[in-house]
Amino acid sequence: MRFLGTRYSAAALVRHALSGAAWPPAWRSPQPKSSYDVIIIGGGGHGLATAYYLAANHGVTNVAVIERAYIGSGNVGRNTTLVRSNYLLAGNTQFFEYSLKLWEGLSQELNYNVMLSQRGQVVLAHDPLQLDGLARKGNIMRLNGIDAELLDRGEVMRMLPYLDYSPRARFPILGGMLQRRAGTVRHDAVAWGYARAASGFGVDILENCEVTGFERNGSRVTGVKTSKGSIAAGRTAICVAGHSSVLAAMAGLRLPIESHLLQAFVTEPIKPFVDHVISFGAELFYISQSDKGGLVFGGHIDGFNSYTQRGQFPRVQTVAECAVALMPSISRLRLLRHWGGIQDMTPDGSPFICRTPLEGLYFNGGWCYQGFKATPAVGACFAHTIAHEEEHPLVRHLSLERFRQANGHDEYGLGNWTYKQ
Amino acid sequence: MLKIACPGCGVRNYTEFRYAGDANKVRPAHQVRDLGEWYDYVFLFDNPKGPHREYWQHVLGCRQWLVVERDTATNTVQGTRFARDGGGE
Repeated sequence: MRFLGTRYSAAALVRHALSGAAWPPAWRSPQPKSSYDVIIIGGGGHGLATAYYLAANHGVTNVAVIERAYIGSGNVGRNTTLVRSNYLLAGNTQFFEYSLKLWEGLSQELNYNVMLSQRGQVVLAHDPLQLDGLARKGNIMRLNGIDAELLDRGEVMRMLPYLDYSPRARFPILGGMLQRRAGTVRHDAVAWGYARAASGFGVDILENCEVTGFERNGSRVTGVKTSKGSIAAGRTAICVAGHSSVLAAMAGLRLPIESHLLQAFVTEPIKPFVDHVISFGAELFYISQSDKGGLVFGGHIDGFNSYTQRGQFPRVQTVAECAVALMPSISRLRLLRHWGGIQDMTPDGSPFICRTPLEGLYFNGGWCYQGFKATPAVGACFAHTIAHEEEHPLVRHLSLERFRQANGHDEYGLGNWTYKQ
Repeated sequence: MLKIACPGCGVRNYTEFRYAGDANKVRPAHQVRDLGEWYDYVFLFDNPKGPHREYWQHVLGCRQWLVVERDTATNTVQGTRFARDGGGE
């Protein structure tokens, strides 16, 4: 790979330590050019990954990533850093496994340590039906060559001895499913690593540059209006999950999306305690421990449209109740921080990676709870979609038109807009 | 905490209410057979960042349906009225 900056290595570390020379910035901060082959709106994980794979896989390097604030300020830095590929539905299973495989080689590929920690994820079952469902999902995963192990209650007790197995447990634990290759990634490093690698290929990353509209020629999008002036583009890609509807409205499009607020939480740091990622089966709740020692967890969305990026207190309480129902021993831990991110919610819980009704305009969004783990696969598949002007085979089921065709992609089999019910 | 002033019960925490979505949507007439209109009604949303007119039901209070004007960027509530008085679809 061609880097304009310094390649990171042990030798480079020694060289810099001995010489005292300053490390160059990880990515360039250029002035906008008047035109690009591809403009990607949104400098989050997805936008930066798309830029990187456009350059690395398709040789498209005359690319700009336009970011309203600074790299890593949005959802790529607000998630709970989990990666996994335990999905049931055909299409999802293969897509998320492709993503996990890319995660497994990402530090080497980017020459940037994203600190992938494959500590394993256990999804708990609290009734026989759930355990049967996990067995079915695990079998589907294994048929697709993905690792999955069904655990009985005793195995869960040995692996996660600190959960509540007492007769008083509100939701008795009957077993679970383990994916050993699942785990966590340092999310900031993902943004920085992709930014650095894309910049190394000549991609311009334009921070503090807000898109305010689109340049149009009939039904064709020919560029963007920004706070730093108009920039022409052969192809334009929207990569701003959370604010997709706002950008789409600038292009005159309405989307099957509502924006909702999801909170995440971290406790004060404690000694190593939770060695895995654990997902509660009785409610939407997931927990892991960061390298700094804080327990990182999250739950449901707040429950009404919002762009505020500030959570409501009642959700703090319900998520904390989940934590204590599962692990009574952490009841006296103090919360260090909690924060909110805005996510696109879609009717079927699945995202969009596709062309749009406008020529030259491409769309990636609608990520619901699952955007972070998909980052590398989104980058690769969206770059393919833009470069070939046709959807990548792994994302053909993720079109904007699927609801018009009564062809939703409903992983949980619960029907449309379930989060509203 | 988001507070909503119910015209019947006064100012209450939002947790007493159930959010019920965009109040600007117009439900197609029952006999409409154009699936495009139904698609639009069920699936497409303006989802604005800013003023939004929306339904809430006061499920843990008077159980009345309300039309609330709220700014989705700040959660500021500009106005609340009974849906039965109009102002919805």
